[in-house]
Amino acid sequence: MRRDVFQAVADPTRRAIILLIALQAMTPNAIAEHFDTTRQAVSKHLRILTECQLVKQEQSGREIHYQLNRSKIEEIDQWLEQLKKIWESRFNQLDEVLLNLKNKKS
Amino acid sequence: MNLAFDFIVDKENHSITIKREFAAERSLVWDAYTKAELLDQWWAPKPWKAKTKIMDFREGGYWLYAMVGPRGEEHWGIANYVKIRSHEYYSGFDAFANAEGHINPDMPQAKWEVTFIDKGSLIFIEMHTTYPDLAQLEATIQMGFKEGITMAMKGLDELLTSLEN
Repeated sequence: MRRDVFQAVADPTRRAIILLIALQAMTPNAIAEHFDTTRQAVSKHLRILTECQLVKQEQSGREIHYQLNRSKIEEIDQWLEQLKKIWESRFNQLDEVLLNLKNKKS
Repeated sequence: MNLAFDFIVDKENHSITIKREFAAERSLVWDAYTKAELLDQWWAPKPWKAKTKIMDFREGGYWLYAMVGPRGEEHWGIANYVKIRSHEYYSGFDAFANAEGHINPDMPQAKWEVTFIDKGSLIFIEMHTTYPDLAQLEATIQMGFKEGITMAMKGLDELLTSLEN
């Protein structure tokens, strides 16, 4: 199944994980301590976040740390910014259309 | 005049709400949203152009149109109208299609509602778009992203032309 960033941020636990590791890279166990769910559940969320490239794994010695992939987060905001620009452009064109209609009427 | 514009993304409920004021009377704005010859003039972000093939604005009717790019490339879209309250509100589904109006099931479909509200001498439009899942919202935004790039390129072209002259 295709994973995407919006699916990743749709879940409240995953959003909480993102906020948590935004501060510092953490091991799965340390992350799990912040949640009431099972470690398996947290692992699953981490796997989804990794598949979407929102988080990166970093091996240090025998431990794996998870850290935020900031460029992917910025990508979401860039998409939305583009969509917003398209609507701005559309509406500016609509302003012109309305002005023309008004002038024709009067 | 500075007309209010709001673009609100709700990632949790996979919806986007767009609000905009227009300095025109309600009937004109309604026409601009529902008549093919007017929609064609503003629906596509420059340098794209919208081209209507069929417009049948009624409950159960549809609008079949193409977005035509600067190199003649075409993206077909279909809007299926569900509920219409004349000059006040309409709702429907938006989908990507082919020139015959057959919906592409692999591309995102969105449900939207458009409300027309009086605000003094202005008209206030509220468009609420909901996507069945977030992957579709992303796909739409990626489509938009492509168009956005084209727009940005156009801006660059204009700048270069003005520098040359």
